[in-house]
Amino acid sequence: MILAIVEHDRGTLNELTLQALAVARDLGDVEAVILGSAGAGLAEELGAHGVSKVHVADHELLADYGPDAWAETTRQLADAIGAEVVLAIGSDRGNEVMAHIAARLDAPMVANVISVTPGEDWGVVRVRWGGSLHEEALVVAPLKLLTVAPHALAASEVGGPQAEVVPFMPSLSDEGVTRVIDRATLAEGITLATAPIVVSGGRGVGSAENFSILEELADQFGGVVGCSRVATNNGWRPHSDQVGQTGTRVAPDLYIACGISGAIQHWVGMMASKKVMAINTDAEAPMVTKADYALVGNLHEIVPAIIEEIRNRRG
Amino acid sequence: MRILVCIKRVPAPGARIVVEPDGQTIDTANLGFTISPHEECAVEAAVQLVEQHGGNVTVMTLGPEGAEEQLRHAVSVGATDAILIPAGERDWDPQATARALTDAIGDAESDGAFDLILFGNESADSGGYQVGVRVSRALGRPMVNGIKGIEIGKGVVTLRRETDGGSELYELPLPAVVGVKEGITLPRYPTLRGRLASKKADVRTFEAGEQPGGQSMVALANPPEQVKQTVMLTDAAAAVDVMEELGLL
Repeated sequence: MILAIVEHDRGTLNELTLQALAVARDLGDVEAVILGSAGAGLAEELGAHGVSKVHVADHELLADYGPDAWAETTRQLADAIGAEVVLAIGSDRGNEVMAHIAARLDAPMVANVISVTPGEDWGVVRVRWGGSLHEEALVVAPLKLLTVAPHALAASEVGGPQAEVVPFMPSLSDEGVTRVIDRATLAEGITLATAPIVVSGGRGVGSAENFSILEELADQFGGVVGCSRVATNNGWRPHSDQVGQTGTRVAPDLYIACGISGAIQHWVGMMASKKVMAINTDAEAPMVTKADYALVGNLHEIVPAIIEEIRNRRG
Repeated sequence: MRILVCIKRVPAPGARIVVEPDGQTIDTANLGFTISPHEECAVEAAVQLVEQHGGNVTVMTLGPEGAEEQLRHAVSVGATDAILIPAGERDWDPQATARALTDAIGDAESDGAFDLILFGNESADSGGYQVGVRVSRALGRPMVNGIKGIEIGKGVVTLRRETDGGSELYELPLPAVVGVKEGITLPRYPTLRGRLASKKADVRTFEAGEQPGGQSMVALANPPEQVKQTVMLTDAAAAVDVMEELGLL
């Protein structure tokens, strides 16, 4: 039986979890754990994604996220129900919690798998280099701990019956338990990770000031501005705007890459975009040859012209 | 305060990674190497903490002999001690890596514990997301990953982690372990004095036996190239046509 961790933040589902459930379904009967009663309301929709039973774990140490409490609770539940696999999405939290479970059990953990083949030894394919290299690996362990690479597989509903919901009371001690003690909201509403349109700039933008035309273009559709690692390292944009392997992963409807060459480090951060439009002076740049649409030319002329054209059509 | 930073030698990000025909290693002939980006920032964060609070920074790596280059780079930007755990050219699995690091840390702490041990959030190449957590568990110290802000208080460390649209704060008692993310600060360039110091620095070696875990690599492969028929747009109006077709206007 497969135990899937439903990632949520005080009751708000991380939708990427549903992608992990699609992988879990192929491996066997899927049960899910929701850590903290704040997430209890999420149980209802999980049946549609093939979950037969949802364990809602409740404890005061689960009132907010904490890697130790989430890991220890999941470990206890996996043991209690005889799970063969514990699986989560390969997000920051998913990978962190799984690593804490693995460390507690001194068991292997495979991060960011894209396919799993059960057998005597389990075969997995996982991504390295943020997705630009695949590794085939064998896992030998009584309990397999896996995270699923985000955006490797689409989430889909299978129309299953409503899942059975059962409570789980973990035994937790607050000694040495790390958890969130405070939080700050930096941005309300649309963020880089969730924006439907991302207008991103790289070396070709040339300066911090020049990003203003990208801001203006993004404003036309309620989009947000992202950037490449070069732009961050030059101090043109804050690191929180960085798209790529060591920055934010995005999957917008349209990704407009302005003056970005498209090094693999950047590409893996935006390859899940539905459509990519490249604006670049170099017709041979990887971003141009891999994009759905490309405009070869000077972004400092093209971007303002696009803004003007949009305004004209809108009257 | 004493800070240890565990780093990894990886090919410079952005390079095209080509797998050798045997599927076991990557072609390194044309690759430059660097400290994995999150860890490069961890080294800088550690040096800044020591500049602020006093103390010293030790760097440690498990890797091939060539990883001495990355240890010396860390010395050139402010670390004072460097420890290499020789592991040959092949990656050790995450459990084996964590066990060796734990042993080496135990040895390095014979004259007192590190107040803070920093790891990168994940290595740029293998991306296992676990070595730091395993070491923290083995040492019985708390750890949080994904950290972009570190502040030292009295016997505690306050850590800031960015989330989508906000940030979370954690407070851990010292000694503690922290997984650092790129963006915590910008790495500095080595000074001339730093370069000279790094040449003279004594890189200590710690021999650790390989104790493999339950995950073993079978083969590496480059994913199939995406073949995309790029539509070349002639002007801004054509670009806006596309945006209209996609229903964005």
